[in-house]
Amino acid sequence: MTLLSIDWFFLIEKILLISGVLVLSLVVAMYSTWGERKVAAWIQDRLGPNRAGPMGLLQPLADGGKLFFKEEIIPTNSNRFLFILGPSIAMLVACMTSAVIPWADTITIAGRQISLQVADVNIGILFIFGVVSMGVYGIMIGGWASNNKFSLLASVRAASQIISYELPMGLALIALLMLTGTLSLKEIVEQQRAGLWNVVYQPLGFLIFLICAFAECNRTPFDLPEAENELNGGYHLEYSSMKLGFFLFAEYINMFISSALMATLYFGGYAYPGMDKLGLSENMLALTGFLALFIKTLLFIFFFMWVRWTIPRFRYDQLMRLGWRVLIPLALANMLITGAVELLRHH
Amino acid sequence: MQTLTNRAKPVDRRPMTFMEKMYIPAIAKGMGITLKHLFQRKATVSFPEKKRQFSPVFRGLHVLNRDEEGRERCTACGLCAVACPAEAITMEAAERKPGEEHLYREEKYAARYEINMLRCIFCGFCEEACPKDAVYMSETFAPAMYERKGFIYGKQDLLIPNPKTSSGK
Repeated sequence: MTLLSIDWFFLIEKILLISGVLVLSLVVAMYSTWGERKVAAWIQDRLGPNRAGPMGLLQPLADGGKLFFKEEIIPTNSNRFLFILGPSIAMLVACMTSAVIPWADTITIAGRQISLQVADVNIGILFIFGVVSMGVYGIMIGGWASNNKFSLLASVRAASQIISYELPMGLALIALLMLTGTLSLKEIVEQQRAGLWNVVYQPLGFLIFLICAFAECNRTPFDLPEAENELNGGYHLEYSSMKLGFFLFAEYINMFISSALMATLYFGGYAYPGMDKLGLSENMLALTGFLALFIKTLLFIFFFMWVRWTIPRFRYDQLMRLGWRVLIPLALANMLITGAVELLRHH
Repeated sequence: MQTLTNRAKPVDRRPMTFMEKMYIPAIAKGMGITLKHLFQRKATVSFPEKKRQFSPVFRGLHVLNRDEEGRERCTACGLCAVACPAEAITMEAAERKPGEEHLYREEKYAARYEINMLRCIFCGFCEEACPKDAVYMSETFAPAMYERKGFIYGKQDLLIPNPKTSSGK
């Protein structure tokens, strides 16, 4: 069906896919808040939220409702436009990253091949890098516009932290790219489907990437931008109501996306061992593949929470020393070794 | 210097070894501990559904006792009010009229007897001071309320039910 030379099926398919991915990341982020509270409680020998609905499963709805109905306060001396722009950017950027993650293999519906990836761009990883580093603008603008010294301090911290940790993250990824020879996430997954998972070849690279992912998501032990006891909550100190909710929500979406990314880059994405020997139909294969990726992602999210409730926060100079003097040299060494091995292998 | 207990340990100020500087083994150990706690029995008591037993010496809300025939034991002597360190107890005495012998055991009784549960520190001195075994502390505690008024317990709140009139229930 082509009308005015526009492929309408293509448009509908993409719109459905985009809404699906968006709803998925929002729902996962919503239930991450519930999961976070449950994991925190269990680790501290408590029960966690269990009053709203069975096992407290309605708790995220109650929290969201509370945030929506709270009073909206914009400080008098803040920059009103930027104050609203901050959480909007944080949320927008968090939702944009999911576009290049391949959620499953292609499925066939009524003779049409549908790729379960919003955009299979050939620079997928670069896109994610570009978009994720935009996320710090939300924090920076929000913190600066609040006209509060604690918020400003927190946003300066966030900016320098994300710049510092983007470098080792990028270096760790370069080693991975040498191995795979492509920037497209879909191809990286297909390679892992044929061979071994990348974490086998790049254990150090994965470790560096993992640590940097924690720092990029502002999660403990690198949650200095929102250090409650030093900065009264950090960059979202002056925020209330759903604008605060957007900041917190963006953090959970980022956590979900970076978990999905780590699963895709290093743990085979939607590929699982022996998936081609099961003899399933193409659609069933895509479905099980999606489930595999989802389970991997959930395990990573659990890992994020587990670490949060185990490790205390770094001091700021320790954070910088770890970033610049440990992770960057390690990532460089990893890159050089990978490069040398690749060179030897191809000659 | 002699230590109080034998458990004191000197501070270890040796520089960290390479393994310690890596942090990863220490972090892994810590994560093992938290993972263990994930599956341990939880300390929480889901309160309104499950209630923990009070200790036998628990001192809760006061009750005013009656004797076997259902008469009030309190004679408004004021010893409990004197003993009370928080000055939570006030009372007004009245003389028993002829024909009221089935209501009050002694010739004098408390016409008004109030305990302010916000002032009360639940020390139990009133219970000890009472010569007539009239004041006892029960095993319940004051419920939450929106107004201070509700925490001033009068006689109708404190008196136990009359065993003569309500025992059949």
